[in-house]
Amino acid sequence: MQKMLVKPLQKLRNSLSEVNTMTEYALRMGDGQRIFMTKEQILTDLQEGMADAADLGTIPDLSGDELDKLVDIITTSSRMVGVEPGMEVPVTHDISTIRIDGDQGNSGVGIPSSRLVGMMMHERAFGADTMELGHIDYSYKPVKPIISQEQQTMEVCQQNMIVPLLYGAMPNMGLYYTPDGPFPNPGDLMKSFKIKEAQEAMEGAAEHLTRDIVWIMQRMMASGADGINFDTIGAAGDGDMFASLHAIEQLRKEFPDIYIETGMAGELMLGLHGEMEYDGTVLAGLWPHEQAPLAAKAGSNVFGPVVNTNTSKSFAWNLGRAVTFIKEAVKASTIPCHVNMGMGVGGIPMLETPTIDAVSRASKAMVEIAGVDGI
Amino acid sequence: MGMPISHIMTSGMSGIRAAGDLVARMEFSKSMRIGEAKDYVSKKLGVSTMDLSDEYVMRELREELGLGVITSVAGVPKGIAAKMNIEKLLDIKINSCEMFRNKIA
Repeated sequence: MQKMLVKPLQKLRNSLSEVNTMTEYALRMGDGQRIFMTKEQILTDLQEGMADAADLGTIPDLSGDELDKLVDIITTSSRMVGVEPGMEVPVTHDISTIRIDGDQGNSGVGIPSSRLVGMMMHERAFGADTMELGHIDYSYKPVKPIISQEQQTMEVCQQNMIVPLLYGAMPNMGLYYTPDGPFPNPGDLMKSFKIKEAQEAMEGAAEHLTRDIVWIMQRMMASGADGINFDTIGAAGDGDMFASLHAIEQLRKEFPDIYIETGMAGELMLGLHGEMEYDGTVLAGLWPHEQAPLAAKAGSNVFGPVVNTNTSKSFAWNLGRAVTFIKEAVKASTIPCHVNMGMGVGGIPMLETPTIDAVSRASKAMVEIAGVDGI
Repeated sequence: MGMPISHIMTSGMSGIRAAGDLVARMEFSKSMRIGEAKDYVSKKLGVSTMDLSDEYVMRELREELGLGVITSVAGVPKGIAAKMNIEKLLDIKINSCEMFRNKIA
């Protein structure tokens, strides 16, 4: 009788297993659209994303256990997930209160409010661990003509706020080229094969950028700022990073206790100049795990690595790739790493209203697998 | 707007609702990694590292130590007064408090 049951039971097991592997889980494309994939497809995409990062950065793969954990995080049936109790990390904020009172260009929700009100909403209504003050243009250069206004606002905010309050903006070295700035546009020069002239324009712009950031922060520190957030370093290429690292170095020297957060713009430092170096290291072509030691060397307290999202790939592919890169950056860094987890970075889909299911899954994966010190 | 709140709910330490600002201060002021920063703050507060994200523990403790609380309570230290108490607790200097002290007679 038992023998007679073996074959039908085995057949049943096989068909159940087939049903199980065919179960589809809802996740996202890199642009946020909902898609459905089987567990096997998810694992394949995670492995391919991981392999892409490992290949580009010449860094180790994730372990089998880590991949299994990523699969579990992605396939959890709840809409939102969270880190295990005790594993929470500080969440730092960029873009200041522009997300409250700003326009769509900064994903702002257009609520008329003062910056102090926006700060206090973050601290007391949202539970933000840190905050930053920034102005509506959100680049350092345009702060110069309105520095007194910024100082006054910082003073008022510092009197009312408890959480660490930095001053934040983008280095945005592109503002130093014509028609906005004094230097010829390197893009135009390169199109005319004037490579040396283009490099000289970037070197001049970098010098001005360093000077401006230091000048602004001298005044913000005199108004009680806790420190500075460099948001999107390298957006204008290696000159942008060169200028920022030198500004960090000067600020650390002048203000030994200043808080410095060094946030990057992208995963790969673009070599627009190509020959700029910091501490003997060529900046062009650096990946997050190679950028982190330079940020620490210059004098940063916190490094913010970035991995860009590919909108044509699945959330699984992007998350596998991002976690592989960031895990190595955390390992290589001697200072805390607060990974950038905004729209279109850190595995999060690229849209102005990133879906909560994807945000919470990427957030948990970065803390529990990549081991970040903050977000 | 929903994205930062999603991060706070998923992974954050809830700021002054618990002890997130204190742990962040140690990461920023001394470049402490997350484990070291949590150990440091928990020892100063006399609680476990798990308690640092526990609103039940931190709500009363913050009020007792004058570190600033999330709800609006008349008479408890707020703003710069709370930060001066945080300086003493964590044994650090906070720039805005230094500026404040330098401006009073």
